[in-house]
Amino acid sequence: MTDTLNELPPLTQDFELGFTYTRSLGPVLSRFLTGLRDGQVLAARTRAGTLLVPPPEFEPVSGASIKELEPVAAEGTVLSWCWVSQPSSSAPLNKPFAWVLVRFEGCDGAMLHALAADAKEQVHTGMRVRVRWAPERVGNVKDIACFEVHKQ
Amino acid sequence: MSSNPNESAGPVTMMQAPLYLQYRFTAGTSSLSFLHAIKRGRLIGRRCPGCESVYIPCRGSCARCGVATCDNIELTDEGVIDKFTVVHIPIPNNPIKPPFVVAHIRLNGADNAFHHLIGEVDNDKVKLGMKVKAVWRPESEWDYGLDNIRYFKPLGGEHD
Amino acid sequence: MTDIAIVSYAQAPMVRDAGCANEVELIMPVINEALQACGLARTDIDFVCSGSADYLQGAPFAFVAGVDALGAFPPIKESHVEMDAAWALYECYLKMLAGDIDSALIYGFGKSSPGNLPEVLSLQLDPYYLQPLCPDSVSLAALQARAMLDAGRCTREQMNEVVINSRRQAQKNPRAQLRKPVSQEQLQAEVDWIAPLKKSDCCPISDGASALVICRESQAREMGLPYARVVGMDHRIESHMLGFRDLTDSPSARNAAKSAGLHNNIEAAELHAPFSHQEILLRQSLGLSENVDINPSGGALAGNVMMAAGLDRIGSMAAAILRGDYKFGLAHATSGPCLQQNLVTILEAA
Repeated sequence: MTDTLNELPPLTQDFELGFTYTRSLGPVLSRFLTGLRDGQVLAARTRAGTLLVPPPEFEPVSGASIKELEPVAAEGTVLSWCWVSQPSSSAPLNKPFAWVLVRFEGCDGAMLHALAADAKEQVHTGMRVRVRWAPERVGNVKDIACFEVHKQ
Repeated sequence: MSSNPNESAGPVTMMQAPLYLQYRFTAGTSSLSFLHAIKRGRLIGRRCPGCESVYIPCRGSCARCGVATCDNIELTDEGVIDKFTVVHIPIPNNPIKPPFVVAHIRLNGADNAFHHLIGEVDNDKVKLGMKVKAVWRPESEWDYGLDNIRYFKPLGGEHD
Repeated sequence: MTDIAIVSYAQAPMVRDAGCANEVELIMPVINEALQACGLARTDIDFVCSGSADYLQGAPFAFVAGVDALGAFPPIKESHVEMDAAWALYECYLKMLAGDIDSALIYGFGKSSPGNLPEVLSLQLDPYYLQPLCPDSVSLAALQARAMLDAGRCTREQMNEVVINSRRQAQKNPRAQLRKPVSQEQLQAEVDWIAPLKKSDCCPISDGASALVICRESQAREMGLPYARVVGMDHRIESHMLGFRDLTDSPSARNAAKSAGLHNNIEAAELHAPFSHQEILLRQSLGLSENVDINPSGGALAGNVMMAAGLDRIGSMAAAILRGDYKFGLAHATSGPCLQQNLVTILEAA
């Protein structure tokens, strides 16, 4: 039989891969996400006395276990941002928005999340933002629906 | 702090993390001859230029020699059972009800085997080395897949 | 200084969509080319290690299927890393140092075209704080670019210069994917993609494969093979929590380079910078002088095969040394968001 591979039309098939994982949380993440469910942002208290959001399970430099979490104000400052003009279907917001790194008030570290804004021109480094809570919360980082501009 | 009706619930210890990704698969060059042939009810394998082993379906190489397979070889729909197992566990969304037999079928003239179902025989009568023949779906249902063959059945005669 | 010699490197053309080529059909030509180029037979190779990620093409166990390209009979010693193949080379490097093996074949392949790569890459993020938000790889790089611009660590014009240099260098590389020259004016006029990044600041999505062969220097000399000597290799990582890093610096790359034997005579560097600002960041973090020739292959901006692009940096630098272009070179490979993991290899002419 002769080889006529070059004449054969390509064949394609669309498919979806789904992973229905349920993850266990451990002591630190459990408390942080329980806090989010209850409308509260909890920061990790390090042995040096600083506060970290989001709380890591171990101190970044010393590696010591995080034992204490305490509530902080659900507002902070934008450390960096980028502008998404064409959000994908998996994005947290379904219209143009900014990804932001937010340093919570009085804390170290920064949390990644979306910032709702009407235009790129409204967003700048150093701006004040606050948490916009999701209407229904289950104990997930998406219990924070997004950040929003905090007009003082 | 905002109010929330779930606040009195216990601590959150687990997190649902579902994830869905969309892909478009494109068949490899050596798979194409197999897929286009089976659409027409024919079985095409490919041969190693070195050891002359024949592979069906073929993924483009001789896994023993590590060289690209070359010419296409047409095979019949008859072969033998290389290995088999009786499946007793129901598989979600699988219309086939257990117990059923899944076998590795080596077609006559081929040097590898592929998975398929065994039918028209009691599960406890299936044997290694049993000669089998494909039972095809009606031609109107043929697509680009090995499930154009409904299952393999024992060749009549020696096992009756 | 080690006695490890890179004797061969082969790379498939980098393309946006390899179409009807499965993993075996991608891998086999480069493996055969790399082996033929150095004259070593499959049976002469002590160990094979590969780098790939099945999520890219959505094909579970594609990395196992890829072994069909090796001729793995009688059974061979083989391993795999779910990382760029630069880390597969690192595994082989350690086995060479430990005396376990005297030669190795390393290959990496990536077929990203079947999926949405920037979203697939969100799977490599922290699964609790980051992945549920599904931030894509370009957005995370854009946050880093903004931090660089805000901190005065780079300018828009410098980012454009990186793109211009990549395209200029890539014209010498027939396997590069993006080779069309661009000017400062063209780049300035380009619209934002995910601001502050423009599309030209981002590596293309590429399909392809690469292979590399190492052996002892003594064997290379006996066989009369030209080779590049591995002076040293090391890798370091940053925190997986993006908000706990200084995104404008790469202490991990600096520490890895120091440990690998970075010195002042380096003439050229292949830097695995999938985004233009990351090349500037790496140059600064590694303290490379203005005289160092950056990315003579065109770098990742000219083609970035996931899971092979880091190995390509090392292979390209070794090939440049074998051509006689340089005596001392540095090759860097990265993995993860915003240069999270960094591996540095110092090479020199034999």
